[in-house]
Amino acid sequence: MSGRLDAVLARRGEIMRRALGMDYAAFEQSPIAFDYEAMMTAHGYSLREIAAIQTRAGVGNTPLLELRNLTDLVRSVSAPGRGARLFVKDEAANPAGAFKDRRASISIHLAHEKGYAGVIAATSGNYGAAVSSQAARYGLKCIICQETFDSRHIGQPEILEKSRVCEAYGAEVVQMSVGPELFPLMLELLDETGYFAASLYSPFGVSGIETLGLEIAEEMTALTGAPPTHCVVTHAGGGNTTGTARGLKRAGATETQIVSVSVDLSGLHMASDADFNRKSFTTGHTGFGVPFATWPDRADVPRNAARSLRYMDRYLTVSQGEVFWATEAMSKIEGLERGPAGNTAIAGAISLARELPRAATVVVQETEYTGAGKHHWSQLNFAREMGVEVRAGDPAENVPGRVIVIPERVEQIRAKDMDLGRLRRSYVRHALKSVPAGYVPTDDDIAFLAADTKTDAATVEATIAELEEA
Amino acid sequence: MSASPMPSTPGSSPPRAALRCEIGDWVEVERILLKPEERAVGLPPETASKPLKMWVKGFAQGAADMGGEVTVETMSGRLVSGRLFAVNPGYFHTFGRPIPELARVGRDLRAQVAQYRATLAAGEGGVAGEGGVAGEGGVAGQGGSAGDGGAAGEKDGVR
Repeated sequence: MSGRLDAVLARRGEIMRRALGMDYAAFEQSPIAFDYEAMMTAHGYSLREIAAIQTRAGVGNTPLLELRNLTDLVRSVSAPGRGARLFVKDEAANPAGAFKDRRASISIHLAHEKGYAGVIAATSGNYGAAVSSQAARYGLKCIICQETFDSRHIGQPEILEKSRVCEAYGAEVVQMSVGPELFPLMLELLDETGYFAASLYSPFGVSGIETLGLEIAEEMTALTGAPPTHCVVTHAGGGNTTGTARGLKRAGATETQIVSVSVDLSGLHMASDADFNRKSFTTGHTGFGVPFATWPDRADVPRNAARSLRYMDRYLTVSQGEVFWATEAMSKIEGLERGPAGNTAIAGAISLARELPRAATVVVQETEYTGAGKHHWSQLNFAREMGVEVRAGDPAENVPGRVIVIPERVEQIRAKDMDLGRLRRSYVRHALKSVPAGYVPTDDDIAFLAADTKTDAATVEATIAELEEA
Repeated sequence: MSASPMPSTPGSSPPRAALRCEIGDWVEVERILLKPEERAVGLPPETASKPLKMWVKGFAQGAADMGGEVTVETMSGRLVSGRLFAVNPGYFHTFGRPIPELARVGRDLRAQVAQYRATLAAGEGGVAGEGGVAGEGGVAGQGGSAGDGGAAGEKDGVR
């Protein structure tokens, strides 16, 4: 790496401390453990105060809709007594069109309170739109760093739309070609401007999502008499899973099963200039979902507030073709033309609902806005232009980057269960790799790893013994 | 889908772009941030062999011809220099044509829901006699590849 990048990375801790206005050292307990709950609540806001900040910013209190037609469609192909009731939280009704407004609203509120002149975020997703919109409302300057184009200056239409919408909200969008150097270059910008780091992974951002879980618990109780039996979450970096699950628990919905879903992009490399425009999805995919679940602290903050393995009960994957089919189905039979990300969870929920009893209630916890560029037709037309084959058939034949297979029947929507045991072992392996040579995990470390993987001390100890043997 | 594409949808053609900017014009500049030899280690070869480029928009601080050096003042007030890449840059992403493989989805699913409800309404044995392929309602398959691709340029499958 060049001297320029090395120099800024060497000052990473100092730059982020100033840019976040908090010192993560206060929560560290050992080379492995830190006080997660203390970090999550260090901002001092109660959940009700967070909801009030969001209400003032125009965020939250989105409609919860029952998907009666989709439910009957699933029941028409389910075994007797099967076919859960399906619901969706229409997060597209937020000001910038996605649940990411919840995340941005708390960060931008804090940046404003603390007197920063502007905010910076690195994102190619809806979070950029959310930060730009909230910054405009608070009168703050805003820079969005975005991986936009391949080396030929060709970009996915969805990302081009996200550039446009950030600029529509008055942000400066720094567009870059493919590469992980986006992070050190964002550090340089934070250093140059003195702006606030509106990280996706700070406790501020993730706390803002907790109101989504709270609303789902309350609205489902009002509608059906109880919180949902299952909440299905499109999963990428882990904030959506973490924040929603925490909110449900804080609302007393401790029995709700958290089911994360990602689009399977296995085989495509996230830093490849050649694969960049062959993904057909910019988020909600395994290229983020797996690495961030198994090692959350790879994020742009010292300790990631999004720790999805703490909360996941199941992790499903669906194919690209299944999500595009689900997107079309939502438009045509539910009258909800929505953007790509939430439909990953819709595809997972269709598969899940088929196996559950009729009395089960399944909430898909987000939608997002759609339009030119973000629309599934845009994605599929672009995929064809990039040489990806698009055909109808059995989605089991879908190969990311090469063939997108659109299902022909609802029975063909079949999510796959990822082995959570493997993900948890991978997480423990990463944690052990991050400590100084010779460090022996203490009982407190074991307890931390058990909480961080939703297991128990005996399981963690067995995993450590197994890894040491290997 | 580049910023200056050949659009396939009639009516979406960008107006002819100016080849020169004057002071105060809203323009886009391009800059090479890192040459190939300055890039991060561990990148796939197809990425490592390319320069890292950046594009940003702002108000031109002087006149320039396309490709010439110009400084812009961005929306955040930063001054950034680069080669003039576009004058009054637009957005030309679109929906494109309908996808033939999706064309029948709406018609077929509406019919399927209507038929299911008609059967229920007929009331013969209620739900017990209804529906699909019994015993096949589960989530198919197990595990499979755990996905891969590192966010930071590494392959990061679950091992």
